[in-house]
Amino acid sequence: MGDFLLLLTGSINPYYLQIIVNIGIGIILALGLNVITGLTGQLSLGHAAFMSIGAFTSALLTIKLGMPFFANLVLTGFITAGVAALIGLPILRLTGDYLAICTLGFAEIVKVVFLNLDITNKALGLTVPSAITAVPMPIVVWLVVLLTIICVTFIHSSRFGRALMAVRGDEIAAEAMGINVTLYKVQSFAIGAFLAGVGGGLYAHFMGYINPSDFGFLKSVDILSMIVLGGLGSITGSVIGASILSAAPEFLRFMASYRMLVYGGLLVCMMIFRPNGLMGGINFTSLVLRTLGRKPHLKTIMEQKTAETSGPCNGDT
Amino acid sequence: MAILELKNVTIRFGGLVAVNDVNLTVEKGTIQALIGPNGAGKSTLFNLITGIYRPTSGSIHFKDRSVSGTPTFKIAAAGIGRTFQNIRLFTDLTVLDNILIGAHSRGRWNLTGALMKFTPWVRKEEGKLLNLAKECLQMVDLSYRAFELAGNLPYGEQRRLEIARALALQPDLLLLDEPAAGMNPQEKAELMAMVQRIRATGITVFLVEHDMKFVMGISDRIAVLDYGEKIAEGAPDEIRKNPKVIEAYLGKGAADAHD
Repeated sequence: MGDFLLLLTGSINPYYLQIIVNIGIGIILALGLNVITGLTGQLSLGHAAFMSIGAFTSALLTIKLGMPFFANLVLTGFITAGVAALIGLPILRLTGDYLAICTLGFAEIVKVVFLNLDITNKALGLTVPSAITAVPMPIVVWLVVLLTIICVTFIHSSRFGRALMAVRGDEIAAEAMGINVTLYKVQSFAIGAFLAGVGGGLYAHFMGYINPSDFGFLKSVDILSMIVLGGLGSITGSVIGASILSAAPEFLRFMASYRMLVYGGLLVCMMIFRPNGLMGGINFTSLVLRTLGRKPHLKTIMEQKTAETSGPCNGDT
Repeated sequence: MAILELKNVTIRFGGLVAVNDVNLTVEKGTIQALIGPNGAGKSTLFNLITGIYRPTSGSIHFKDRSVSGTPTFKIAAAGIGRTFQNIRLFTDLTVLDNILIGAHSRGRWNLTGALMKFTPWVRKEEGKLLNLAKECLQMVDLSYRAFELAGNLPYGEQRRLEIARALALQPDLLLLDEPAAGMNPQEKAELMAMVQRIRATGITVFLVEHDMKFVMGISDRIAVLDYGEKIAEGAPDEIRKNPKVIEAYLGKGAADAHD
């Protein structure tokens, strides 16, 4: 099996393979930021900092400790989430623009610290040995992507996810519904950072070289554009947005120096014609179900039990 | 038995005393109203009870436990549901989701529950919350709107949805902040019936309202606030005749003429 997969990934042009992996990592990062910004409504301009922390943590775990790759990834995720929770506790009291500036500052601090630490090899960056895995790296990346999509989908449609959306909608009303707003904000921050950390770890091991400057402000904005382009709060949107924006710079390469011009123009057009993002305001699940001619699960449940309800809250008009 | 007790509650915002030394009890199973001219401190009092503000001095007891200084979300979970003067719905979510968020404190499963969505325990809880949501929607006759966005509902239905969301908390005490504001006479009549129905299920109702016909028609007891101080309390008939109340609303001359 492993050999077959190796053959499969080996048969793909390495250049395309790299684009495919970049798309995968982009999706993981975008889904993470989508939990923070799309679902919980906390604007973060420093998502690349968590990717950076993840990348360096993961690289150092491999270099210094020789940790097995999967344990390494999981530990990296938890460490990044821990850092996010620590930094989140004080700064998540802020809202809107103020929070954005704060996360921006945090990202710069992370960058500067990594540029000056001996253990991260200062501005020279780290060379990361390739990971020893049972299946080739691109497959690992896309398995993680799949797992991420499933987990994030579960979060969206759960009691936990509803609480996050309540925080996004109205913090005072959310509190009045018994939701511990601060706790949920910190948790959402930690989840987003966990995914960014894992994405960073994958990035470090696939690229083989990381430099603190790779994870600067532009990278954060890139990730933010992905979820805004796809539609804030939409999982499908994040996946599509990340795919387009990760691949676009490469596919537009034939235009040489006009490349970034067209890229920028694309973004402007998207925002004019679909201001809420590509998938903004579209419920993907019910869209698929409707195309298949089926009713959403919830609707069925609601209709089923209307006849037989009874309870303290039951009115009779 | 008193379900809510305010003892010498005072709150100052800088030099302004918004609520001054108010003593108030709400008896279990009653409909109690709080009235007063604009700026009398009624909404501030609600915000004090729900922990959005902390009293400068005095104490608030709910079910014989002190709740002054307790965070808002804990007070809510303890059994105080509320609506807001200016509607605060989650407008970009469906009506059903709004109610399910109201039922938040009746569930337990957190992030782990989200990741184990299809295990029987989590599904059982979701089913329980859904049933509760459905009952609350029926209570306010909004079942047919369950899958519409809350923001797309007409004003009157938004008000009712807010009440349903507060009911989903399964509160012992329901605070309604101007529930009849902006409603037409027919909607007001329906609302009155609805509030009585809510009380019939054993929930104590404490409401702020400007519409006197509504307040007089529904309340067991009425407290009157003016400039942050309680100036009267009693049954509707007593309040109607109370010269201090008439003075607060209509001025001194009117109070004298009434005598």
